[in-house]
Amino acid sequence: MSGIDEKNNLKRIRGRVILNNVLKGLFFVSTTIGLIFLALLLYRILTQGIGYLNSDFITSFPAPYPEEAGIFAGLIGSIMMIAIVAPVAITLGVGTAIFLEEYAYKNRWTKFIQINIQNLAGVPSIVYGLLGLTFFVYMLRLGYTLLAGGLTMALLVLPVIVVAAQEAIRSVPSDIKEASYGMGASKWQTIRRVILPAAIPGILTGTILALSRAIGETAPLIIVGAATALYTLPDSLLSKYTVMPIQIFNWTGRPQEEWQFVAAAGILVLLIVLLFMNAVAVFIRNKFQKRY
Amino acid sequence: MGKALQNEAMNIDVQTMIENKRKKKSVSGKLEKLIPAFLFLCAAVSVLTTAGILFTLLRESITFFSTTSIVDFYTGTQWSPWTGHFGVLPLITGTLLITLIAAIVAIPLGLMSAIFLSEYASDRTRKIIKPTLEVLAGIPTVVYGFFALTFVTPLLKNIVPGLGIFNALSAGIVVGIMIIPMIASLSEDAMNSVPNSLREGALALGATRLEVAMKVVLPAAFSGIVASIVLAVSRAIGETMIVVIAAGASPTLTFDPTRSIQTLTAFIVQGATGDTTFGSTIYYSIYAVGATLFVFTLLMNMLSQYISRKFKEEY
Amino acid sequence: MNTLLKQKKVDNKTSVKPDIKENNQTKSEAAMDKNVFEVNNLNLWYGNDQALYEINMNVPQNKVTAIIGPSGCGKSTYLKTLNRMVEMVPIVKTSGSIQYNGEDIFSDKHSVEGLRTKVGMVFQKPNPFPKSIYDNIAYGPRIHGVKKKAVLDQIVEKSLRDAAIWDEVKDRLDENAFGLSGGQQQRVCIARALAIEPDVILMDEPTSALDPISTLKVEELVQELKKKYSIIIVTHNMQQAARISDKTAFFLNGELIEFADTDHLFSNPTDKRTEDYISGRFG
Repeated sequence: MSGIDEKNNLKRIRGRVILNNVLKGLFFVSTTIGLIFLALLLYRILTQGIGYLNSDFITSFPAPYPEEAGIFAGLIGSIMMIAIVAPVAITLGVGTAIFLEEYAYKNRWTKFIQINIQNLAGVPSIVYGLLGLTFFVYMLRLGYTLLAGGLTMALLVLPVIVVAAQEAIRSVPSDIKEASYGMGASKWQTIRRVILPAAIPGILTGTILALSRAIGETAPLIIVGAATALYTLPDSLLSKYTVMPIQIFNWTGRPQEEWQFVAAAGILVLLIVLLFMNAVAVFIRNKFQKRY
Repeated sequence: MGKALQNEAMNIDVQTMIENKRKKKSVSGKLEKLIPAFLFLCAAVSVLTTAGILFTLLRESITFFSTTSIVDFYTGTQWSPWTGHFGVLPLITGTLLITLIAAIVAIPLGLMSAIFLSEYASDRTRKIIKPTLEVLAGIPTVVYGFFALTFVTPLLKNIVPGLGIFNALSAGIVVGIMIIPMIASLSEDAMNSVPNSLREGALALGATRLEVAMKVVLPAAFSGIVASIVLAVSRAIGETMIVVIAAGASPTLTFDPTRSIQTLTAFIVQGATGDTTFGSTIYYSIYAVGATLFVFTLLMNMLSQYISRKFKEEY
Repeated sequence: MNTLLKQKKVDNKTSVKPDIKENNQTKSEAAMDKNVFEVNNLNLWYGNDQALYEINMNVPQNKVTAIIGPSGCGKSTYLKTLNRMVEMVPIVKTSGSIQYNGEDIFSDKHSVEGLRTKVGMVFQKPNPFPKSIYDNIAYGPRIHGVKKKAVLDQIVEKSLRDAAIWDEVKDRLDENAFGLSGGQQQRVCIARALAIEPDVILMDEPTSALDPISTLKVEELVQELKKKYSIIIVTHNMQQAARISDKTAFFLNGELIEFADTDHLFSNPTDKRTEDYISGRFG
């Protein structure tokens, strides 16, 4: 009566259900490929690097022999670099976010800045290296120094921090802003005493993720001249420097197999630092879970 | 009247205190007026960064093209700067080869992961798998490069005969793995924003989960998915360390994935680390290559933004 | 750079509707009592949409003035104009004048912040800051420069007492205000407004998000507060207006239809539309 052939239809339904189940399996397997890759990568690096990872490795400078080489200069260099990147990028990033969210009138200019930031986030990191080379290294005559590297990295992570801070500020409910203005608070008082305290967990989480990106970046620092082997620690902003990824890159390029183990040990130190930073970010996010 | 009495009793009058403070506070009031200007300067830095990138790339590229013909640059098939041959095509094909391999790996895997997470996985499974997958995006690229060179390439050698130590295949696959979380995560977001009522409508007609995913969710989330793919591809074009480490440094006009190639990004690294002196032709060629790379990625990013803005789904 | 900054403008548009509503009650009251607000020919636009038409209204001191009317009639907009909170929406334009204690609130001589320290506000939804109860109350005094702990302690206690919530929260002043019930939160918000001792308190449907018992407490509180403050309360609840207010204004479609003593307005409305509304024929 309805035009549907009951018998044939049942058959077809069974086929459709089987296809559904088969593809479901395929989708699941596809999902696990990424995860398997991750597990393999971590396992491989752990087994390769663990033998070389000891306190000497962490406290030694580079050496001509694999057994004596260490990542000390890179570790300290990375930390010093973050000490430059963090204040510069956070000030500029949070400042930009406050400006765009609270002060800027929604017009073409603001939209232009917004799109510009989005595009900056998509510029390959190596192009930032070229900017740093021309601008910081040559034009400002900073040379191949910690400061030049730090400023380059600050510009690189800036868009990430701006976007995170904007989202955090936007998620502060407008009714508590109104409460503040309603008591006669000025715009800045409201920002400083109400909006920023409420937005700080989100800002911090985003910032830490941005900084961990800065710690792992290699390419732009090669361009702005981070040293591959350094036997002293930087003693000023205008010293030569190296960072962990640069040292790892250097070790990776050597032909003897032992250097691979050294590189793996370096990667372990780098991953441990990143893991620690991400743990802090997760902790902050859970601790200050939104209460409104 | 009652109010005045009360205030005397309490012997604090807040409004009087405020009035007194206000008269004194005019200095900090003036400082406050400077704050918007300061914040504006912060925002200006990002615009200046863009201007700086454009200016840098343009100025040095123009210097480069004053000695090397721009036509030869973009049509030349030989790239060997140290012997004075500046034909960028081998670098471009190298970049495209890597991007193509990465896309072949990442688009199906990323999309299927997204469909699994959005349409099949339980909330709990999703909450575990999605962040774990995103860990892939947080791993430094130098680590991927190391892994490609020391693990993936030896592994592939067993399958692909004649594979070089440095080759496009291994680098491309690993770049692909690196961008999986980007496609999976952003596409899953797009599919997740498709309202459940659409799914229920189809399920109630007797559709299977698969049919719902393919015929209802994918079309509805299409623009978000395409935008995520374009963004991920742009990321693959700009990827540097993996190709520097695993794909070698032999600019060759080839689409043979078993051979060593060089990408735009990899040349920039090579050019900047060699014995290049400031002001030499090779120094300027780095910027011409950088400008080419920048245009590629900028176009991709703008395309991605355009797609997600233009075809914003309305439910 | 200036083009990037939000600019709030008060245009002096010429009035669109010349028929000014004279109201006998308003006039005679004005002659007898002191007014905190004198509103003349107030018009207000959101962009091109006019939300308020030619409002003329004198708000008496130390009385409770209720504003009633159906949703979207402009009563909240009107209330927020009195402390210029309406300008939070950047496209707002106004014309006409509002005198607060004889001074034009739109004049450049006085800052918005100054006006809002004198004219406090309590909002529809309880909106405590995500801070401790103590810090919530101390917020106003602090931003206006009161820093001494002893003075702040005194202000906090007095404000909480005046808002009839001291006994409920005195042992947990350091706890986050979000932990309180909705009704308690709203009284903390009232206490927060009281802490800077304004002259006027604007209340924008303060009980609409509360349960009946909390509503009753707030209503009792309003009765207590009117001894010291002039209160203007917007409410969608006519019984509430009848219970707690001395004078009532009825708004419809952005116009002030009728403004009179509460008893008079509810028992013997002059305007047909007022009568229809209070007898429940629309809204």
